Amino acid sequence: MIQLRHIERVFMVGEEEVHALRDVSITAEAGEYIAIMGPSGSGKSSLLNILGLLDRPDSGAYELDGTLVSNLDEKQQAAIRMHKIGFVFQFFHLVPRLSAFDNVALPLVLSGVKPDERQTRVSTALAAFGLGNRARHRPDQLSGGQRQRVAIARATIMQPSVILADEPTGNLDRSSGIEVAEILEELNHQGMTLIMVTHDPDMGKRSRRQILMVDGRVEGGKGEDRSP
Amino acid sequence: MLPFDFFRYTLKSVTAQRLRSLLTATGIAIGIGAVVLLTSLGEGLQQFVLAEFTQFGTNLISVNPGKVTTHGISGALISNVRPLTIEDARILKNIPQIIDTVSVVQGNAAIESGGRQRRTTIYGVDASAARVWRFEVAAGRFLPDDPPRAARSFVVLGSKVRRELFGSSQALGARVRIGGELFRVLGTMESKGQMLGFDLDDSVYIPTGKAMALFNRDSLMEINLLHSAGSSSTTVAEQVKKVLVARHGSEDFSITTQEKMLEVLGGVLDTLTFAVGAIGGISLLVGGVGILTIMSIAVNERTGEIGLLRAMGVERNQILALFLGEAVVLAAIGGLAGLGLGVGGSWLCSLLIPALPAHTSWSYAAAAELLAVVVGLLAGVLPARRAAALHPVEALRAE
Ligand SMILES: Nc1ncnc2c1ncn2[C@@H]1O[C@H](COP(=O)(O)OP(=O)(O)OP(=O)(O)O)[C@@H](O)[C@H]1O
Ligand SMILES: [Mg+2]
Repeated sequence: MIQLRHIERVFMVGEEEVHALRDVSITAEAGEYIAIMGPSGSGKSSLLNILGLLDRPDSGAYELDGTLVSNLDEKQQAAIRMHKIGFVFQFFHLVPRLSAFDNVALPLVLSGVKPDERQTRVSTALAAFGLGNRARHRPDQLSGGQRQRVAIARATIMQPSVILADEPTGNLDRSSGIEVAEILEELNHQGMTLIMVTHDPDMGKRSRRQILMVDGRVEGGKGEDRSP
Repeated sequence: MLPFDFFRYTLKSVTAQRLRSLLTATGIAIGIGAVVLLTSLGEGLQQFVLAEFTQFGTNLISVNPGKVTTHGISGALISNVRPLTIEDARILKNIPQIIDTVSVVQGNAAIESGGRQRRTTIYGVDASAARVWRFEVAAGRFLPDDPPRAARSFVVLGSKVRRELFGSSQALGARVRIGGELFRVLGTMESKGQMLGFDLDDSVYIPTGKAMALFNRDSLMEINLLHSAGSSSTTVAEQVKKVLVARHGSEDFSITTQEKMLEVLGGVLDTLTFAVGAIGGISLLVGGVGILTIMSIAVNERTGEIGLLRAMGVERNQILALFLGEAVVLAAIGGLAGLGLGVGGSWLCSLLIPALPAHTSWSYAAAAELLAVVVGLLAGVLPARRAAALHPVEALRAE
């Protein structure tokens, strides 16, 4: 379960204060599927960065699965990113010199999982994402949709409890975008909490719950379930 | 991260940019190569040069006509220079510490026997030469101790000349023609090999007087003095100088003690060592700067990757270690190539100069590789720290 309470995030641009997040409070149950929407510059990415422990709020509290993670130190936060959070990015962020297999294996490598266990886990994941015959291909030898599937396989290989996706379909055509969304939804079905930033209203409608951000605020109350 | 995986990851980053990495490693390779070459040859080179210059004995002093101003030897052609004579040599021999003298005249001439001819170096020397220069006679004997003005026409052949003129047939007692005059072969020498490129075996020895007549000169080119082992070469040289100045009226000659010669050579060797060392040092520095540059570029290029790694739970100091590791791998590859260069180079040197002992000890090789690694570490610190300091959100935004 995720709980954000009164999160503030202010950037200093020269002399000026930019309020990226203003008093954001959100609760998300484990296994929820949430779309974060809103105009450009409204704070969607800032919110996701806080949720992913990539950035610290200036004030407010963040509780993840019962732990007050906003108070943890760097090292502990890194451990939580490694084991509990999977990131999916608009521009895939694959390591260009590594094969699809090695990209997916990267989190396992970093957390010290032994090679033979990696082999089975990564092969299973690649097969499950329809990439069984692409294991040895480098990212530049894959289509956009395939790249994003590799990225999702990598984000979920550690079995995180939360997937954070910032416009995962933003760089894909319609059909591969839908394909990627279906994969993410399938993972959500298996129990992972899915929080996805999107500009696309059709994508947003697929989720059970949408959060609308405007000018750093969660529009329409405090982010309670607004779906019919 | 398992150590093996860490190594694989850094190695893969280095090999992904093959050409770039190779060029970067070259600086380190040249530096380490020079260092290894120095340590492999250094010791051997000193011994080699010492052996080369003491093979004729250790207590030698040579006197040449003309004043040596620089390290070059000015000719005996300057008009107000009184030539060195056999008489000078005879008088020098009266100095108590001087055991023997050799009056030397040298030139090139054809030597001929039974239709075979060869141009060779002719040395006009005294009977004492074999003793003073420690030449071994292979067969027969060396020149007899004839009075200088009435020396008989005997010749002693160097091993190569003997081989070229006589092959496997008997040389002793044979008659050879040198510059129109007949000489009888009295002896042949043991092979002496080369000294600094001069083939000592491609020469013959005849009495000084005969050589002076042959080359049409009435003075000596050099007087070699052998002094007793107990006496100091400087003191003896002083006495030689006093005697000759008294005879010549001024110091129109130059005295070189072997000590002095070795000193000069030692200086040359030190300069050489310093030069190679400097090249090595500069190459290492340039190599280090190269690694620093290339790692800075790598950090810029891979900012997105750094952000990704941070998002996947890699800590700052692990990012630092990864990039330091890459710099070290680069330097270590250069170091290994340098070891190859150095060992290969010293092997080639000992191939070209067989008497030159080359030896690379494992401890020096390990120290050189360690040096490369240290250079890599130092060069990697700055870029690696910059990589570690990146904010993950900023890093992820760069693409
Ligand atoms: N590092 C930063 N420094 C200064 N201002 C920032 C920084 N990051 C974000 N901002 C500002 O915070 C606000 C929210 O940015 P954010 O990236 O969260 O918007 P967004 O909703 O993701 O927009 P988009 O849909 O264009 O991605 C913007 O006004 C932005 O300019
Ligand atoms: Mg954004």
